[in-house]
Amino acid sequence: MSTRDDISNNIDWLTVMLFFFIALLGWMNIFAAVYDESANQNIFDMSLNSGRQLIFLGSSIILIIAIMVVDYKFYDTFGYFIYGGIIFLLVFVLLFGREVAGSKSWFELGPMRLQPSEFAKFATALAVAKYMSSSGFRIDRLSKQVVLFAIVGTPAILIILQGDTGTALVYSIFVLVFFREGMSPILLILGIASAIIFVLTLLVSNHLYLYIGIVVLGAISILLIKKKTIKKVGLVIAGGLIVSGVIVSVDYVISDVLKPHQQNRIKALINPDGDPLGYGWNVTQSKIAIGSGGFSGKGFLKGTQTKFDFVPAQSTDFIFCTIGEEHGWFGSLVTIGLFVALLLRIIHIAERQKWRFSRVYGYSVACIFFFHFAVNIGMTIGLFPVIGIPLPLFSYGGSSLWGFSILLFILLKLDSHRTQVLVH
Amino acid sequence: MDNSRKYIVQLIIILVGITFLTKLFSIQVLDTKYAKAANSNIINKVIDYPYRGIIYDRNGELIVYNTPQYNLTVIPNDVKKLDTIKFCEVFEITKEEFDEKINAARRFSYVQPSIFIKMLSNEDLARVQDHLVDFRGFNVQARTTRAYTKPVLSNALGYVSEVSKRQLERDTTNYYQQGDYIGQSGIEAYYEEYLRGRRGVKYKIKNVKGIEKGDFEDGKYDTLSIPGENLTTTIDLRLQEYGKELLEGKAGSIVAIEPSSGEILSLVSGPSYDPGLLTGRKYSTNFSAISLDTAKPLFNRPLMAQYRPGSIFKIIQALIALQEGAISRSTYIPCIMRPMKCHYHGPGETLVGAITNSCNPYFYNVMKRVVNTGLSEDSYEDTRLGLSSWTENVKSFGLGEPLGIDLPNEKTGLVPSVEYYDRAYNNRPWKYSNIYSIAIGEGENLVVPIQMANFAAIVANRGYYYIPHLVKSIGNSGQPLPQYLEKHFTTVDTKHFDVAVEAMAEVVRSGTGQYRAKLKDIEVCGKTGTVQNDPMPDHSVFIAFAPKDNPKIAVSVYVEDAGQGARAAASIASLMIEKYLLGETERPHIEEFVKKGEFLY
Repeated sequence: MSTRDDISNNIDWLTVMLFFFIALLGWMNIFAAVYDESANQNIFDMSLNSGRQLIFLGSSIILIIAIMVVDYKFYDTFGYFIYGGIIFLLVFVLLFGREVAGSKSWFELGPMRLQPSEFAKFATALAVAKYMSSSGFRIDRLSKQVVLFAIVGTPAILIILQGDTGTALVYSIFVLVFFREGMSPILLILGIASAIIFVLTLLVSNHLYLYIGIVVLGAISILLIKKKTIKKVGLVIAGGLIVSGVIVSVDYVISDVLKPHQQNRIKALINPDGDPLGYGWNVTQSKIAIGSGGFSGKGFLKGTQTKFDFVPAQSTDFIFCTIGEEHGWFGSLVTIGLFVALLLRIIHIAERQKWRFSRVYGYSVACIFFFHFAVNIGMTIGLFPVIGIPLPLFSYGGSSLWGFSILLFILLKLDSHRTQVLVH
Repeated sequence: MDNSRKYIVQLIIILVGITFLTKLFSIQVLDTKYAKAANSNIINKVIDYPYRGIIYDRNGELIVYNTPQYNLTVIPNDVKKLDTIKFCEVFEITKEEFDEKINAARRFSYVQPSIFIKMLSNEDLARVQDHLVDFRGFNVQARTTRAYTKPVLSNALGYVSEVSKRQLERDTTNYYQQGDYIGQSGIEAYYEEYLRGRRGVKYKIKNVKGIEKGDFEDGKYDTLSIPGENLTTTIDLRLQEYGKELLEGKAGSIVAIEPSSGEILSLVSGPSYDPGLLTGRKYSTNFSAISLDTAKPLFNRPLMAQYRPGSIFKIIQALIALQEGAISRSTYIPCIMRPMKCHYHGPGETLVGAITNSCNPYFYNVMKRVVNTGLSEDSYEDTRLGLSSWTENVKSFGLGEPLGIDLPNEKTGLVPSVEYYDRAYNNRPWKYSNIYSIAIGEGENLVVPIQMANFAAIVANRGYYYIPHLVKSIGNSGQPLPQYLEKHFTTVDTKHFDVAVEAMAEVVRSGTGQYRAKLKDIEVCGKTGTVQNDPMPDHSVFIAFAPKDNPKIAVSVYVEDAGQGARAAASIASLMIEKYLLGETERPHIEEFVKKGEFLY
């Protein structure tokens, strides 16, 4: 049995179809976003983003074939090497990279620009998978957890140093992977709770109400505990104090830790109408574009808001506006449906792996895709602060498309060999 | 391991998807405000200003037309590397003005154009055009403004300017918007709704920088502007110019009417101003200069100056007395110089002679007979009865009330009535001996020049008039406003007018008008008036019509502080008649006399 037959027989063609379907939809919407009626443009025009995206897609296929041809054990065996290489590139770009729009995260190779942080995601996923599948790994061990967070945190910190906080935030989603793999949900719950408290603090101007709420909630929790051990009561009190600490620190975080543009993004989320021409501009215009689409949209290439530059970054981070405007709620439904289908399919694939390496990697892929999908669409409709990360496979950009292609197809490669793997 | 966790993860994903779709449904399908906001984002309302109607004279000669003017607009965001000092030099503004204007523009919008300098003329534009390329962000926008072929008729034409804030507030029709032009006086104001046309609106698509990207929905909602209607006036431009020339350096008015139609052939007010001053960029400076001028150039004398009618009024007295049967044309009254003084003429006169020689005692008696008819034993009551019918008769000549000419701000003059004297005498009794100075056109009587010209037309028509008007055709209708096609009769029968015509012919043939109003081939009928104006010299007044049979022109001339009516006013009136009927004067010495302007001894 040749390798090629092996691949074609066992590859998950549904995922491949979803991949190409989403990528082609993205490509068409990139064209719509930059389309200028008066210029009589062609979707294949190389001077347009759509023409270039097609090249990126073509080269992605080459990458995919390469991934499929390489032996599946390579990704396990060389997981740390790949990770190490990427960390090296991240440091390198920090020192010698080119600064674009405030982020020093680009390499310039002739006419091409590469963003190593887009490739750090699959490398980190590989390293996490390798570490978690190593013999003797136990997720409830603090020492193992420290190593895990170091694997995830290192690229994140390097990317923050590059000035690209949005991409760095993606690494926080590994918490969901760890959760799936048996880590105590406390971290997940604490993270979500802190985020909720953080937003509540911004929404409720009088913090006294929050403190009263915490005291009441704490009292109820203590009452509900059946065995009132000192440890449990102490835990609740400690939790209350931590949450109160979050409230106290919000003002400090907002005004001293976050950069002005980040502060504005949070303000825009809390009160988008506060300054529609200033910090609220992006979100306001994005919502106008999407909201003006109605049920069925204005039609392909008929959008006005994106075309006339009211929406910023309309072919990259705000690409979803074009769908919302030109294809309406129906288009949104199809797009979101496709993404949810892809995500559930990836989880399905991950769950059917017998090898822990593949499963952890699969969950990493699902979670990274999920984070991008949720944050990207969430920000265009005003549910998340504006965090400049692309919609996977959809947004214009070579590094991003390659990064996600690699991420996904390594999983498909691993999946195609799932029957050959011996369970450790 | 906890297997439920894989469902938790999947549940999170599905929940996020559902949340998104719910939120999207609410902003895309349920909430229409985003669609509206999207339209206001991209739609640029461009006002298509209509062409204001053009104004012609009665012979089709152009008087008022539109000329392009240019507004300099600025888009603050596009202003880059501006040499402010040079800019200020080119546009003749100070640095402070520049700062103020650019800040105002910025307050309006950084990306949309606002007007920086209003109304550059063609000449201004030619001067600055070459520099414009250096001033990025500044553009020129064309608009039209009024222009005049000749510097005449300014008071009657009025002027046009941008609609004021107060006018906008008071505009109940809600037609006007900031930036519209509106006629502020004269024909421009009276015929505003015909002249203005209708604004059009074009909806253009713009991008985020405000740059036009084409028509919105292929221009489905666009409306074209409709040009205003052209007006053909009754004015004879040559005659108007000539009148202006004659009145140069004098205060007064000339009104010439075609009796058979009430069409005003010329309407001259002196002193006046060049209508071209009240257009364009210098409008506000010029306007304040003109309105502060002590000679009152904005005061439209033919309609607004009120004078006592003087001797001319004696013709009206005669007509009323004939109608009332108080006298006949052969009634003889001796001139006893009482109770009024008189000029030195014969020892007494019949009617025609009394008019020709302007005999004061004669008309004292004529009015006495009209007013005191013996209807009541009580002489006070008798006067009241007589005066009230007298007032009605006088008013039927178009006096004491606005005539209804097609210009704003017409004054009424004054025809004293019973009520008037009751008020004046504070309800103490009065009788003819208290009021007789009105018998000879002095006392309380007041008329405006247009009324006197209309009176000349009434005599010329032998008893009726059309309301004098300035516009004979609105648009292509060939018709004036309907009220100007209506004949108005006086209370005096046509047959009595022969005496008045004869007397007026006699005034010019052998009376006070013979030296300066008599023409060789045209029989002019006229009447001099000398209106007392103590302590200043008298006003010189003359009314006339010609030819005597089938009259073509009726004139009233007022020259202030110029002494006897027989001199300044009679000369000007006859020159106007000559000009209109013959094309030019055959009496250059009279023309020279008028232009010299030394009418007092």
